Amino acid sequence: MAIEVRIPTILRSYTGGAKIVEGAGDTVADLLADLDSRHAGLRGRLVTDAGVLHRFVNVYVNDEDVRFLGALDAKLNDGDSITILPAVAGGAFGFAAAAAIASHTVATRAAAAR
Amino acid sequence: MTVATLVRAGGGARLDGVLSIDRPIIDAIVAHARRDHPDEACGVVAGPAGSDTPSRHIPMANAARSMTFYEFDSMEHLRLWREMDDRDEEPVVIYHSHTATEAYPSRTDVSLAGEPGAHYLLVSTREPDTEEIRSYRIVDGVVTEEPVRIVDAAVDPNAVQSYMFGQSPATVDYECSDR
Repeated sequence: MAIEVRIPTILRSYTGGAKIVEGAGDTVADLLADLDSRHAGLRGRLVTDAGVLHRFVNVYVNDEDVRFLGALDAKLNDGDSITILPAVAGGAFGFAAAAAIASHTVATRAAAAR
Repeated sequence: MTVATLVRAGGGARLDGVLSIDRPIIDAIVAHARRDHPDEACGVVAGPAGSDTPSRHIPMANAARSMTFYEFDSMEHLRLWREMDDRDEEPVVIYHSHTATEAYPSRTDVSLAGEPGAHYLLVSTREPDTEEIRSYRIVDGVVTEEPVRIVDAAVDPNAVQSYMFGQSPATVDYECSDR
């Protein structure tokens, strides 16, 4: 099953400079594992140690943000097109700490729910 | 800023160590920042891929609607990046405002900077009458400030550039014209 994945500039060091790579998988999580087998380290830039999608990475399946499709559990089909974009975000101060706390809280809740 | 900064900034791939940008675009960015004050404003100036020339201003909504944080809406982000791809453009400038602090990248700005090819332009609107406009490259967590050369389209751009060359960047270029 071939799925086209568009890689942003900042992650092309993992793909030998390639802007588009192909992968396979029934879900986004499977696809990222497959990509990581050929582009080692890529998955680690997208998924946190807690196993959730990084707060400031956007992954799209065709025209949809995967956060609205079940995040890493989002189902994929042959011919889907995946786009990865680093979020454009920032700000005067304080948010880095808040984001770290928020992602920790989300990860803790997710772990508790399992 | 000194010549040393110019030299340092020139070490990158296609960087010439300065952000050259037309005055009408800067004016539009400042107007956007003033309009959204005290919330942070954000947006993009797209340009032909590889040209390093910012030519198309796209103000973006701050999905965070915050005085201390900005974030593009993820769907608006996708639409714009697709559109730039279709037009063979890239995000030459990514800008946002700081509304109570200086126009210098915060730790948050640095840790989240995801476009190594872009000029990160910051506008501070903390003073009601003057704006501080500064530009940076942010690559692998390293911040390099660069001069901002505002080009007045109404006059010979070569004359403006030679006049401005060697001037203290950013603030001088901007303040001269504004008074």
